[in-house]
Amino acid sequence: MTLTEKISDFIEKRKPILEDWKHTFFLWKRTKLAIIGTVIVIVFVLVAIIGPFLIPYDPLSQNMSERLQPPSLRHFFGTDQFGRDIFSRVISGAMIEVEIIIIVSIISGGIGLILGVIAGYFGGAIDEILMRATDMFLAFPSLILAMAFAAMLGPSLINTIIAISLVGWTVFARLARAEAMKVKTQPYIEAIKALGASKTRIISIHVTPMCVSPVLVQLTLRMGTVILTAASLGFLGLGVRPPLPEWGAMVSDGRSFLLDQWWISTFPGIAIAIVVLGFNLLGDGLRDIMDPRLRR
Amino acid sequence: MKLGSYILKRSLLMLLVMFGVLAIVFAIVHVIPADPVGALLGGNAPPDVVERMKEQLGLNKPLFDQFVNYVWGVVHGNLGNSIQSGRPVIRDIEEYFPVTLQLSIASIIISIFFGIFLGIFSAIYRNRWIDHFSRIFSILGVSMPVFWTGLILLLIFYYILGWLPGTGQLSLFIIPPEKITGMILVDSLLEGNWEAFWDGLRHLILPAAVLGYAATASIARITRASMLDVLNQDYIRTARAKGMPKRIVIYRHALKNALIPVITIIGLTFGGLLEGAVLTETVFGLPGLGRYIVNALLVLDYPAIMGGTLFIALVYSLVNLSVDLIYAVLDPRMRV
Repeated sequence: MTLTEKISDFIEKRKPILEDWKHTFFLWKRTKLAIIGTVIVIVFVLVAIIGPFLIPYDPLSQNMSERLQPPSLRHFFGTDQFGRDIFSRVISGAMIEVEIIIIVSIISGGIGLILGVIAGYFGGAIDEILMRATDMFLAFPSLILAMAFAAMLGPSLINTIIAISLVGWTVFARLARAEAMKVKTQPYIEAIKALGASKTRIISIHVTPMCVSPVLVQLTLRMGTVILTAASLGFLGLGVRPPLPEWGAMVSDGRSFLLDQWWISTFPGIAIAIVVLGFNLLGDGLRDIMDPRLRR
Repeated sequence: MKLGSYILKRSLLMLLVMFGVLAIVFAIVHVIPADPVGALLGGNAPPDVVERMKEQLGLNKPLFDQFVNYVWGVVHGNLGNSIQSGRPVIRDIEEYFPVTLQLSIASIIISIFFGIFLGIFSAIYRNRWIDHFSRIFSILGVSMPVFWTGLILLLIFYYILGWLPGTGQLSLFIIPPEKITGMILVDSLLEGNWEAFWDGLRHLILPAAVLGYAATASIARITRASMLDVLNQDYIRTARAKGMPKRIVIYRHALKNALIPVITIIGLTFGGLLEGAVLTETVFGLPGLGRYIVNALLVLDYPAIMGGTLFIALVYSLVNLSVDLIYAVLDPRMRV
């Protein structure tokens, strides 16, 4: 077979998948809210990556002679009680949020995937124990549990990430479990078993990859919530500590100045709202696109 | 008796889960290396004082004994004494929880009302501008951090416009009603104290609106999806074909069936409300359970942390349990 034949054969075999992707893309283009969400999220990530090179002031350096300045051409968003430029702080705060999102997704998605696949594949007592454990975690409103973890670990960026991850893994574990239960009854798993593959090999190479995509989708849907939780912890003084420019902590910083210097709390809050709105619009659109009942 | 055994099974399961919740709370507070004695006495207290304090709090015993003691206490309704206030935690909860309850009830009424209406409009005018508008409006509510929305609304309605009162539950010179349920609005109604009722209501508007708006999106979303599902079914087409007015078909035929899935989401929304209450109570200076837990966390008052968290988990689980039971009762397939 020549190369072009191979390629056309490859495409031919995957035609249904390609068609499905094309249809998904078509639905995405039709879902206006999803497009808006995608644009916001892309801009947010771009700002986080290139923002630090463009900001006019150092987000951490204090300048007492310019404290509590209202928004102006010199300071787009004004300055806070230590004379720090709020525009620069909001922009460099984006990187902190991206960091939180990525690490939380890896940890909680990873724990959920591993535990869920193990529970779903082995079933029986292991499954029962793991599922009751998720029940116990889900019995708390998640912010309250995250608050307790964060307070006991001590307020810092790393501990915020740990606290949010420890609370969030349950949902992914349930998804991965459901998927693993479906996969393990497939004939190809039986075939591999008959060939004498070990359990570790079957689980890691043949079952886990099949469970990744629902977990990934759910991770995207929850990114907005992760930002809100991190910001709430920061606001309550249980999360990222000043002087790091985390948005929730910045809103809290400006609280005592709110009446006369409204800009200190307002701009970081707007930043949170826009980014979370982006993730939620994207997620809402995604759910519509993938919901078979609405996929008409 | 399918329904009866279902109720029994769910209740037993909840007992098990609550025991696990107790273990989690205990583990968080005792295994993670925070130093409550250090937080109480300051970093450089003399060692014998630290030892005596540890003994007084029972912290020198083996972890397992402490856990057994705590479980024993909880079973008998004793959550220990708060280090900060020196009172039994259960008394503190009795005092603080009604404030949170009143706030949550007011918010859930707001969110159910707006959520269902926005959902219906979205579904009827699917993919038209009313749909887009109401979806963006409700998603915006869940996207804005409640602590920030609260601050901005306070700034606008209290400071700039002066239409609504600021923080707290009542104004300074209003005589609070006698304590019956602990919820100011209910108590003043029972007492016939209209002045306190009106003032309490005005204080409740902003926090309840902030919290209710944040919870609207999930209800609107599920109502929309469920309405779309129902509106596509044959009996709706039949009803329209035989000449029934659109309004009656939507509100009498479609809505009734569409609302069943909405009920389940309300239980989950309640968890969101309890979370949001922590933040709104902090912003609006309401003496509720959320603020109580935050204060306890900030000074590592661990009996109060355990008691408060445990109580919230219990309330949340009870709400979800009752929602599941209502759902089971409403679902004809369960009535065999």
